[in-house]
Amino acid sequence: MDINMNEMIKDCLFFGMVISIFAYGFGKKLKDKWKLPIFNPLLIAILTVIAVLLALGIEYESYYASAKYLSYFLTPATVCLAIPLYQKLSLLKKNIKAILLGIFSGAMTSMGSVFLLSYLFQLSHEQYVTLLPKSITTAIAMGVSEEMGGIVTITVAVILVTGILGNMTAEITCKVFKITDPVAKGVAIGCASHSIGTTKAMEMGEVEGAMGSLAIVVAGLCTVVFISIFAQFM
Amino acid sequence: MKYIKQFSIILFLSFLGECLKWCIPLPIPASIYGLLLMLFGLIFKWIPLHSVEETGMFFVEVMPYMFIPAGVGIMNSWLELKGMLLPVIVITVGTTILVMAVTGKVTQYLMKKEEKKEGKVL
Repeated sequence: MDINMNEMIKDCLFFGMVISIFAYGFGKKLKDKWKLPIFNPLLIAILTVIAVLLALGIEYESYYASAKYLSYFLTPATVCLAIPLYQKLSLLKKNIKAILLGIFSGAMTSMGSVFLLSYLFQLSHEQYVTLLPKSITTAIAMGVSEEMGGIVTITVAVILVTGILGNMTAEITCKVFKITDPVAKGVAIGCASHSIGTTKAMEMGEVEGAMGSLAIVVAGLCTVVFISIFAQFM
Repeated sequence: MKYIKQFSIILFLSFLGECLKWCIPLPIPASIYGLLLMLFGLIFKWIPLHSVEETGMFFVEVMPYMFIPAGVGIMNSWLELKGMLLPVIVITVGTTILVMAVTGKVTQYLMKKEEKKEGKVL
């Protein structure tokens, strides 16, 4: 049989979405079986899709021709992040000053340290702005990286690794730096490693989890405000 | 009908976000304007929570799926990534732990300070 897979897939309107969703389901199964943070469903899904595309000789563009309908919903989904934030607003009220300043210092540390290291490694402006939003949630970072002229796909990969790393090191980091308060723990984890890290915070406790998810959105917004200043440094 | 109504409110806010992005010359994605509109709408009760809640939470829940296409795009950016692999690894590992430590320490310190202050007043 002589069918050109790439040509066929290019014309398929549902291939991209179907394979993406199945790959994510596969990732979830692996995660349920071995509860290791490295088996992050999103990471597994991405690697699985890449493997399938390479094995079948399908180009990324052909896959994206139908997978783009999945990305299309990213804007409305990001808009909806306001809903869980609104629901947790009362938690913020009690320690508002400490939490907001904590997140602010985290966002500044993130961008400041990325700047310093990028400068040391003599990265180009494009590479630098690709890495700048690395600590924030993918939904916001993708848009920011694009607006700044970064390489969005690398931004996504780096964010993913950041999240998994945060998830794996959260407990030991809190221990070493003597971060014992549940509110501070949650804020730290959410600010440094967004939603993938926050899954760990949720395992630690309810307060940690709630603070983590609050920090995700606030750190994202804080980064949006200051990133254009940082982008001019290099 | 309920879900269509909720869906249309969310899409309408996304569209308003796009309009704002078009009007305001800042490098801010449309989704952020939409997010802020939704947040202020909820706070000031222009948008009742029940009119967006189910569909909105569904969107938030399935959001990881929407990152897959961009993530797979790494296969096209592999060459660019290869050229900066070492800096990327150092920056990713180093800053993640640093940010977590700083954020946690600052938040904890400020909370303790606040508590002490409250203690003195009482």
